[in-house]
Amino acid sequence: MANHTVTFPITDPNEILKLRAGDEVTVQGHIIGIRDRTQIRIFDQGVEPPMNLAGAFLLHTAPGVRKLESGKYEKVCIGTTTSARMVRFTEPLGRQYGVRAICGKGGFPDAAIAPMTELGMVYFAIVGGAAALETTQIEEIEDVMWEELMPECLWKFRVKDFGPLTVGIDAHGNSLYHDVQTRAKAKLEELFARL
Amino acid sequence: MSTVETDLAGVVEDAAAHLYVWALKDIPQDLRDALADARLRETSIPGKRVLETIHKNVNIADRDNNLVCQDTGIAVYTCRVGEHFPLHPTRIYESLRNGTARATIDHPLRSNAVHTITRENTGPNIGYRLPIVHWEFIEDWDGLDVKCVPKGSGSENMSFLKMCVPADGVNGVKKFVLESIVGAGGKPCPPGIVGVGIGGTADFAMYLAKEAITRPVGTRNSDPLVAQLEDELYGLLNETGIGPMGLGGDVTVLQCHIEHADTHMTLNPVAVNYQCWAARRASAHISSNGETDFDREF
Repeated sequence: MANHTVTFPITDPNEILKLRAGDEVTVQGHIIGIRDRTQIRIFDQGVEPPMNLAGAFLLHTAPGVRKLESGKYEKVCIGTTTSARMVRFTEPLGRQYGVRAICGKGGFPDAAIAPMTELGMVYFAIVGGAAALETTQIEEIEDVMWEELMPECLWKFRVKDFGPLTVGIDAHGNSLYHDVQTRAKAKLEELFARL
Repeated sequence: MSTVETDLAGVVEDAAAHLYVWALKDIPQDLRDALADARLRETSIPGKRVLETIHKNVNIADRDNNLVCQDTGIAVYTCRVGEHFPLHPTRIYESLRNGTARATIDHPLRSNAVHTITRENTGPNIGYRLPIVHWEFIEDWDGLDVKCVPKGSGSENMSFLKMCVPADGVNGVKKFVLESIVGAGGKPCPPGIVGVGIGGTADFAMYLAKEAITRPVGTRNSDPLVAQLEDELYGLLNETGIGPMGLGGDVTVLQCHIEHADTHMTLNPVAVNYQCWAARRASAHISSNGETDFDREF
């Protein structure tokens, strides 16, 4: 299991293809915060996102923030939410907008494996609940769109040493979640036989 | 209200405001110990990475006086009200509600409360029937114990109920708990506390499961039969291999707590309510003269 540092947004698809399930990754550059309502607006209500998502790293988040008099937002506590609720947006995010990485907690079900393989995308697992640490790795909230969806807006964050992340699903058809579930279900049969 | 009641209402409101923020920032020692023990036991590489990150995160929350997790949850309170406590529960509820709102605005905390159909925000972590309070009434006592458990949605979404039949027996209960936790995978932020409610009715089983997750980590049910089931399920759950954040490993749960009630001869309900690793909890004892002791854990 290798260690990588990747800067987003990416322009070279090999930056994604070199990552393998289980690898540890640290992220630099810019990442985009997105959540349920943001993606419902884009895909179910057909509203074009007012941010370029090509090569982007999306973070499943609804940050705790404080609005300053200048109109800018200051971070209070920024953490990550459960990804599985949003799995159906994976394929259109990659195909229509060129998103290359989705980061959240708890993993994606197997439905994400095929589009991630086809489109060259990865799922990064972050540690859910570790928001105090995550907040220190977000240097600045650079932009906020769709403020009326607060806190489920489109957020642009500049990050430094964001991680450690674990590659949960890679672009080669491997998913740690699939493997863990397969082993656990076999184990359950064994445990049930012992009861 | 009399002067005494007015003063006590203010004391309870202050306590609620303090408990909510305190719980979010400073996790209890019993939980810190359980997480430290998990860090020693875990052998998988992704699992160790997760537990190291959790350790670092808790220390940074202490250092920066920040919240452990951004999900400020639904504020759930447990109140044990002495029969001679001078403030009526109607007013205790109002004070808990006011304290929750005040803490949310003053800190500020992320406000999560929405109308369940329109999904529009209903206020500073308050709304219709929010916050939620569990009540217990204690005879021959004049005090009030308040415990605040901010309940995150990642773990609350992993709640499960099954109306087992009597012929399923205790094994039916065990199987359902195991299947639920394997199915939940990494979503509820493992390793956490698995709360199980057995007996009663459907709604009461889930109520008991929620009671179970609010107990200090590793405490045991006073009924030895139930305590034995807690030990057994704790062991079995950690054999599933789900591991920290569902990435595979030895530590799937920090504990399994069970609360029970007697039930109907044809019922065998089992409810599972999960509490994430950031099992936030803070409590206070308020005496009838308004003195507040924030160090009291229950």
